[in-house]
Amino acid sequence: MSVKKIINDPKRVVDESVAGFGLAHADLVRVELDPIHVVRADAPIAGKVGIVSGGGSGHEPLHAGYVGFGMLDAAVPGAVFTSPTPDPILAATKAVDSGSGVLHIVKNYTGDVLNFETAADLAAADGIDVRSVIINDDVAVKDSLYTAGRRGVAGTVLVEKIAGAAAERGNSLDEVADVAERVNANARSMGLALTPCVVPHAGEPSFTLAEDEIEIGIGIHGEPGRERIGLEPADRLVDRLLAPILEDLPYERGERALLFVNGMGGTPQVELYVAYRRAAEVLEEHGIEITRSLVGNYITALEMQGMSITLLKLDDEMVELWDAPVQTAALRWGR
Amino acid sequence: MGLDITWAVDWVRRSAQVISEHRVELITLDREIGDGDHGENMDRGFQAVLPKLDDLAAGSTPGDVLKLVATTLISTVGGAAGPLYGTAYLKAAAAAGGAVSLDGPAISAILTAARDGVVARGKAESGDKTMIDAWTPAVDAAAAAATAGTDAAGVFAAAADAAEAGAVATEPLVARKGRASYLGERSAGHRDPGAESSALLLRAAADTAAAAAGA
Repeated sequence: MSVKKIINDPKRVVDESVAGFGLAHADLVRVELDPIHVVRADAPIAGKVGIVSGGGSGHEPLHAGYVGFGMLDAAVPGAVFTSPTPDPILAATKAVDSGSGVLHIVKNYTGDVLNFETAADLAAADGIDVRSVIINDDVAVKDSLYTAGRRGVAGTVLVEKIAGAAAERGNSLDEVADVAERVNANARSMGLALTPCVVPHAGEPSFTLAEDEIEIGIGIHGEPGRERIGLEPADRLVDRLLAPILEDLPYERGERALLFVNGMGGTPQVELYVAYRRAAEVLEEHGIEITRSLVGNYITALEMQGMSITLLKLDDEMVELWDAPVQTAALRWGR
Repeated sequence: MGLDITWAVDWVRRSAQVISEHRVELITLDREIGDGDHGENMDRGFQAVLPKLDDLAAGSTPGDVLKLVATTLISTVGGAAGPLYGTAYLKAAAAAGGAVSLDGPAISAILTAARDGVVARGKAESGDKTMIDAWTPAVDAAAAAATAGTDAAGVFAAAADAAEAGAVATEPLVARKGRASYLGERSAGHRDPGAESSALLLRAAADTAAAAAGA
């Protein structure tokens, strides 16, 4: 199958895209290409904890799209769907450290964890205080001895926003890390794919689905999760995603939540809102109060069609930090 | 006879060639149960090592070559394979020390150190359907061969045979580590790409060692 993409040399896609990102958002970020990382324009900021995240490319706007006021200080893009190596992570960590320490926000994928671990060791050897928070909000995977543990998926966006706000208001490294841990502990996600996606250098789909088949429980690369089933109406699909989320983290009636309906890159907003409508209906039946929401393509898998639903159980501090001003390429309010 | 710096450089060149030749095969294996980047990442890493071989100082040892491979793979491969293979070569380099020539027992010690490093980093055990399922049989076979007094080339040949059998034996296994573990039962029926690349690298070592012994 030949796949049409707006690319030049497949090996140069990430470099050229990140360079373009830097040109487009020069007011927010500066871009270093060797080793590749994206840093907030005014970093390091005296007295502020630095926040670094990163991972394979292909999930845009994650992570570079969240570099700026009130969110990340640096993003480290790897090759498409491949964790960055320790060198750029270390370079980004050094670039944002003001002496107040640096938080690494890491999605729980084996490669990301190993490379960030190595970079954190190297940074510590250079005298930088680093703490790491591993995001693992995906309920599709059983957290057991028999897997690499739950994957870090859409909850990552919420952690980056809320921890970013905590750092921006001047909290200490331990405080920022604790807030990030708390958001992760209260976030649950589950996704599905209608179509596969095509990694530029591979040139063919990373998995195949029959015309009328969908994959339930995908991670952010379209890698399989729980099962393959036939396509169903939106309401039924939403129910399939919400059920394991609510089973995994039960809510008391009257508890508050943030409802995040995320597109995987190839699904239009009109469909995401169809899904949101049903999710809101189900949560109301459970007596859960949706006090904050986010709908759109915020953490994607290239051109994959599909979506994920994330539910974050909110407390007062999380609400305050969520509402705090943010100014990044992909998320902006309050300033 | 022992294996020296000339062999070490030959091994790395042969490794780069073999990985490049099997790039698509490794991508395909990885696409079936992972994310399809293993061949691409390993090829990028070994191609990055090649130009650096020309800059090796006079008097360099096999250990220096292994260390060069380690640091280059760590900084170019990414994914899980970068830190895991990087650690393997780094531990191998430490085990090789400053020796100018490596005999059978030295090769056995190097392979054991490499395998132990991967286990410490990745925390996989035998039967988890990972590169360890190629490495552990290879280490055991190498130790037995070395104990029996086999020369360095023979130790590598035993290791390569066992690694290849180990890679094949990952096919029916259900993955418990790495990205394939998310598939659960569906990971059975596919060969682990990390075990396959490990077998390829050890076969490259055996082939170049045999050539060195014959020279």
